[in-house]
Amino acid sequence: MDRAKLAVWKFASCDGCQLSLLDCEDELLELADIVDIAYFKEASSREVEGPYDLSLVEGSITTAHDRDRIVEVRRQSRALITIGACATAGGVQALRNFSDVEDFAAIVYAEPQYIATLATSTPISAHVTVDFELQGCPINKHQLLEVISSFLHRRPPQVPAHSVCIECKLRGNVCVWVAHGTPCMGPITHAGCGAICPSYDRGCYGCYGPKENPNTGSLVHWWQEELGAEQATVIENLRNFNAEAPAFAHESRRLAGEAGQESGDDQK
Amino acid sequence: MYNFVLQADDLDSLIQAIRAQGYEVLGPVVQDQAITYGPVACASDLPRGWTDEQDRGHYRLKRRTDGAYFGYAAGPHSWKQFLQLPTRPVWKAQRTDHGIRMTEIVDEAPAVAFLGVRSCELHAIAIQDRIFIDDHYRNDSYLNRRANILTVAVNCTAPAETCFCTSMQTGPRVTLESDLALTEVIDGQEHYFLIGSDSYRGGQILNSLPVKPATARQLQLAEAAVDRAAKEMESGSRQFDSGDLKELLYRNLDSPAWDEVAERCLSCANCTMVCPTCFCSTVEDSTDLSGETAERRERWDSCFTRDFSYISGGPVRADTRSRYRQWMTHKLASWFDQFDSSGCVGCGRCISWCPVGIDLTEQVARIRELEEPS
Ligand code: SF4
Ligand code: SF4
Ligand code: SF4
Ligand code: SF4
Repeated sequence: MDRAKLAVWKFASCDGCQLSLLDCEDELLELADIVDIAYFKEASSREVEGPYDLSLVEGSITTAHDRDRIVEVRRQSRALITIGACATAGGVQALRNFSDVEDFAAIVYAEPQYIATLATSTPISAHVTVDFELQGCPINKHQLLEVISSFLHRRPPQVPAHSVCIECKLRGNVCVWVAHGTPCMGPITHAGCGAICPSYDRGCYGCYGPKENPNTGSLVHWWQEELGAEQATVIENLRNFNAEAPAFAHESRRLAGEAGQESGDDQK
Repeated sequence: MYNFVLQADDLDSLIQAIRAQGYEVLGPVVQDQAITYGPVACASDLPRGWTDEQDRGHYRLKRRTDGAYFGYAAGPHSWKQFLQLPTRPVWKAQRTDHGIRMTEIVDEAPAVAFLGVRSCELHAIAIQDRIFIDDHYRNDSYLNRRANILTVAVNCTAPAETCFCTSMQTGPRVTLESDLALTEVIDGQEHYFLIGSDSYRGGQILNSLPVKPATARQLQLAEAAVDRAAKEMESGSRQFDSGDLKELLYRNLDSPAWDEVAERCLSCANCTMVCPTCFCSTVEDSTDLSGETAERRERWDSCFTRDFSYISGGPVRADTRSRYRQWMTHKLASWFDQFDSSGCVGCGRCISWCPVGIDLTEQVARIRELEEPS
């Protein structure tokens, strides 16, 4: 049987998730034996034409050109898996969704009239059907290998959608929220990192995005009422790499609306 | 049973005597601003002069005004983590020319002494013994570990606000068997332990210690210290009548109390992770990239996750209301049908370690309140 053809695509992103794949080192050599890495610009200039058995997609959709390109990638791919917060939730660049992108462009670029961009940054799933979303900013390389192995061997990936708290408790950590009064996003954040931040005595800041069935409102209520978290702290935690993930965005908009900071985003 | 007195200055002799019998001693230690369970090499590793302040969603390590060694209540860890391991490999499989070779992974079961086991915790271990050893689905990993455990119980004289063992009839006085049992007494300048043993190996250790026979006054002070702990809980806000819990919950499967708690619950699973009796686990099967080797791992699971109730097509308990209800009715009602006891020993861990302070004693009261026409 022919080796499966793997393609890795980049949209609006920092390349960190593709680097997680390059970072696999030994396993990457093994992967290169097992699959045909047909398209992976970050690693090689070699380009094999589609269709592809498996496409890994990094990055979000921020331009009209990319909006068309993702449709073509989907058409060429038997399975399409998004990797990282950008592709899955719009990434840090989705902060524009809470503001006016033209204002940003005017500050950053000397000649903003040459910048052609969409008003929003959106996840891949807003444009095409996605077979699996691997969350994380950046993704965990072991989880990436697990997802690829599961695809190759036709089995479900072992990427549980539960809270970071479970990983934290499996490690035997003392909870920084309960024992130190430190605000922690762990209870509503998707597992995958191995609870790194609480293991180093700081709160989780949600870089893996929402877990399944998150109750953001209740978490925020306790942060504010019992842990004395400032509104700005709450919004900062909800609005970073996964700002546009619905479970975080809904709550941050509600809070910001209350404070009268961000008028006019309610139509989104 | 507590016929002897060990001076507090001689506590280290107990630890060394246990170690001399070949046991690694695990007990209370201060770690990351909490009293957790970890290796204890000598008496100075113990949390002498430390205690905890606990409330719903709240734990703080605090200084005591005396030098008590065991002056704290149940903390973030439980002994479960040493018996039913949080994660462990179960088997490995290798593809060969003749098919597949499976290798069971038999993990080591070291000789370990648990120092400072509370009465509620002895009850919790007994509950897990029923599940993993006495029931027909035996867990050999648990069984092997359990067979190598020496228990040194300590009567509780410092319950936290969150404790309610008196409501569950599991404490504070040690009533189940343990190899050795202690009561700590501080009486002015005097600081000593009443000590006794329930087993041959416990007796052997006791015989090697510099103990003296207990006087009537010493016995009486020890009893009084445990009585005070019981009274503290009985007069606290979490005392309740647990006699009809099963009927109460079965009658109220549609109580609006479940909707109320679902508004607050994060379905984060902390309550089940810290619970010393929650026994659920899942297995995760994976392959390497080549597909030549596969592995099965077991890890703690919780009825608060979606995957827990996932069957073909979707989870049976998709929402938080049904997950919380499953948790509480299992602990306090269906556990009786399954194992002839409550699944809750009243240690209060789920109350302290719930990030949003959900308190099952309050939930019981709320269900009762909503049932009664007011
Ligand atoms: S420290 Fe954070 S992640 Fe860990 S159990 Fe507490 S809330 Fe959850
Ligand atoms: S309460 Fe939930 S996690 Fe605990 S034993 Fe029951 S089903 Fe398992
Ligand atoms: S349900 Fe809560 S109070 Fe009861 S044994 Fe478990 S952790 Fe302790
Ligand atoms: S009751 Fe508390 S600890 Fe348990 S799942 Fe709900 S929020 Fe988490």
